[in-house]
Amino acid sequence: MRSSITIVGASLSGIRAAETLRSEGFKGRIKILGDEERTPYDRPPLSKNFLDGEMPFERLSLISEEKILELEIELELGSKATNLDIESQTLEIEGVKESFDGLIIATGARARQLPNSDEIQGVHTLRSLDDSMRIRDAFKSVKSKVVIVGAGFIGCEVASTARNLELEVTILETQQVPLCHVLGEEVGSIISDFHITNGVDLKCGVEVQEIQGDDQVEGVLLTDGTLIEADLVVVGIGAVPNTEWLESSGLTIEDGVCCDETCLAAPNIVAAGDVARWYHIGYGKSIRLEHWDNAVEQGKYSAQRLLHGKTNHPPYAPVPWFWSDQFDRKIQLAGISSPEDEFEVVVDSPQEGRFTGIYGNEGKLRAVLGINRPRHVMQFKSLIEKGSSWKEALEFASGIE
Amino acid sequence: MRVVVDFDLCESNAICMQIAPDIFEVRDDDFLYVLEETPSEDRRSSLEESVQRCPKQAISIEE
Repeated sequence: MRSSITIVGASLSGIRAAETLRSEGFKGRIKILGDEERTPYDRPPLSKNFLDGEMPFERLSLISEEKILELEIELELGSKATNLDIESQTLEIEGVKESFDGLIIATGARARQLPNSDEIQGVHTLRSLDDSMRIRDAFKSVKSKVVIVGAGFIGCEVASTARNLELEVTILETQQVPLCHVLGEEVGSIISDFHITNGVDLKCGVEVQEIQGDDQVEGVLLTDGTLIEADLVVVGIGAVPNTEWLESSGLTIEDGVCCDETCLAAPNIVAAGDVARWYHIGYGKSIRLEHWDNAVEQGKYSAQRLLHGKTNHPPYAPVPWFWSDQFDRKIQLAGISSPEDEFEVVVDSPQEGRFTGIYGNEGKLRAVLGINRPRHVMQFKSLIEKGSSWKEALEFASGIE
Repeated sequence: MRVVVDFDLCESNAICMQIAPDIFEVRDDDFLYVLEETPSEDRRSSLEESVQRCPKQAISIEE
């Protein structure tokens, strides 16, 4: 019988895990460690309507103080786990050793930095609330030119927010179209089109040599010698899982904490959210997701798994789902698409600003993309969960009015 | 129990519709409709899941 469970990480996965432990009847001690001083907050608005100043800080809260007291959760903020020993089941927190009966690793990921840019004022990454507030303040004071390095989801959302604030925006992207590794070339081109229509200067197929500026950023130099002037640079080139503190723990670390199909990393230790790489039986390989919905679901699942053991628990094998809001478009993807997939628009057309498209391979429906089409995305998501064929998906599509 | 949706927050992500299609429906006009405002007790776990997985935290349960 466990008497104490520690959760390392006080963001979405960690908080949902703690709530689940209580709702599943765990009566022991629950301790959550968060390395930031901030009370737990939600991240998606940080690149969207919190960044543009519309959403107040209070709305970001993931859990109220009353709830923390009611659930008897010990929340230790500004507290960083620095080491783990899986044999003795002890954590090292700022040099002090502490044992646990159960551990949930939910340390998330951090924004990847551009080398040699941290000394220059006006160069930002976006991951934390403080990052978002710094960029928001800079948007208010910036003369005009915002340069975004990387046309991933963060970069595209920041571009959208900055354009809505009537700032001049340039995006620099190494690939030929934005997001093509996730959504394919055809959809990447559609996204590229509406950024251009909304006044973004989108430069694809370019590579950054260095950020220029002695003290304050002045521009971004490309490898072809072009200098793009900048008053503010936002770097959105992906995220790195926070696993350094686990290097000597005995856990397997390979771009995330490696877990089995039930999110178990070692006896009595589970992982959830952006930091977790687990074996997904549906895809037959280990994957790591950085999606909001997965952080919620995997947080819940890992807490249940810890309490109830493997035999009572089916493997964690969800159909992933995420959304991104850019300009007046809501982009949603359910499933996992790959570059070899066939892609077909099945309802409406990109020209209309809203459509539904499906990805398939080897006769199977793999993923669905909707732009301002949430209803269809969920309908096709259900088909993916059922393991529907490409033919069945097309038949379903032909029945949509 | 009673389903309460804050329509100022709702952005029609439609995840609730997938979890509890008998309670929530996002129609072709992109708006969310609550089909059953006072669902029976046996729908509680689906409803709670909808509350948790709504990216906008727009759904709540009133007892």
